[in-house]
Amino acid sequence: MIAVIDYKAGNLTSVMKALNALNAMAIVTADPEEVRRASKVILPGVGHFAATRLLREQGLSDAVRDSIERGAPFLGICVGLQWLFEGSTEAPEDKGLGMFRGMCERFPVGAKVPHVGWNSINVRPGSRLMAHVNEGEFVYYTHSYRAPVVNDTVAVTEYGEVFSGAVERGNIMGVQFHPEKSGETGMRILSNFVEL
Amino acid sequence: MLTKRVIACLDVRDGRVVKGVQFVDLIDAGDPATLAARHAREGADEIVLLDITATHEGRGTLLETVRRTARELFIPFSVGGGIWTADDAAAVFDAGADKVSINSAALDRPDLIDEIGRSFGAQAVIVAIDARRDPSASDPVSEAEVFIHGGRKFTGRKLLDWAREAERRGAGEILLTSMDSDGTRAGFDCELTACVSDAVQIPVIASGGAGTAAHFAEVFRRGRAHAALAASIFHFGVSDARELKRVLAKEGIPVRLPC
Repeated sequence: MIAVIDYKAGNLTSVMKALNALNAMAIVTADPEEVRRASKVILPGVGHFAATRLLREQGLSDAVRDSIERGAPFLGICVGLQWLFEGSTEAPEDKGLGMFRGMCERFPVGAKVPHVGWNSINVRPGSRLMAHVNEGEFVYYTHSYRAPVVNDTVAVTEYGEVFSGAVERGNIMGVQFHPEKSGETGMRILSNFVEL
Repeated sequence: MLTKRVIACLDVRDGRVVKGVQFVDLIDAGDPATLAARHAREGADEIVLLDITATHEGRGTLLETVRRTARELFIPFSVGGGIWTADDAAAVFDAGADKVSINSAALDRPDLIDEIGRSFGAQAVIVAIDARRDPSASDPVSEAEVFIHGGRKFTGRKLLDWAREAERRGAGEILLTSMDSDGTRAGFDCELTACVSDAVQIPVIASGGAGTAAHFAEVFRRGRAHAALAASIFHFGVSDARELKRVLAKEGIPVRLPC
């Protein structure tokens, strides 16, 4: 059972719909115990980084830490990826989980913000999440803040500068784009996660 | 590289896609879910469903239409028409939309932009603006005015002021329809689009006037549009997104080519 965490940040319908289309068993939950019990966890999210405060307040941060420690695959989407880093300048007082080093920052002046639309990704070979995704395939982004490129970055995208499109270390994974909105390419990525 | 988006727009009345010139002489063009899926398959980057149902009873049908259309759609999906409150927006999101497009409702009560943005994020709010050049002004383009009711009613607002206010209030994108070009199939209003695109930071979707692939190339280049809306050009098999994008790619416009 995949637990899709509901922390009142945007809209979970799309993610659930995509998981259903892949015949994955998934539930929407805000219950830390359900998150601990789940075989996999997805943290979707659009909107403001400050929304992640609710995760800490409701004991969901600890539940996610426990789940990751136990080895359950975790996928953060959009703000869910950013939350895996140390934090974001969008809400400096709210700490991220700190699984990856660095802060998320707003795109530099010059580029139109938000970064909205289909952009290409360059994938590092060997990633389980990004398996069977070819160089230059397109995914759908909509965001104003981006995570830096780190050792565990497995896909990058260029928009004014290069940023982390996807990160992966062991069972901890995150994507800045929306796989549930990225057509066949996105469904392949979600399916990779479902089948881990 | 960030690509230019080609957005397929479906005008829906009482659960059916309709097509007419400026909302008259409507012809039945098919089932929204079927057409949306076909556009997605053919390489449209996004689907917009615009509800032009006039009656209150039709609203329930809309949510069912949105649900049915969203079910098999895995690309961005926006819904416009009849969204007057944050609760209306919430119902449409629940049914599977990713963004809502608001027009008269935002002009009527601009706080609606802030409210939807706060609850669902700026990326979920498109402010749609119907504008017309002001021929009496010294610069008809930068002095363009905002209209509602299919271009029949002047709102007293200037296009650029309203676009900037929408951005300030947290709109994620602007959908700009040129009432001068709409329905003409003679090309987008590139000057008008460029003027708004330069005035705001957020992406601008151009609408009104698409007739050929060259019109799209022009509005992406000269109009500095981030995306462009195609409605009639895709109906009745006149042209599809795949064909359109092949031409754009040849012209050197960055597009996402379908597999």
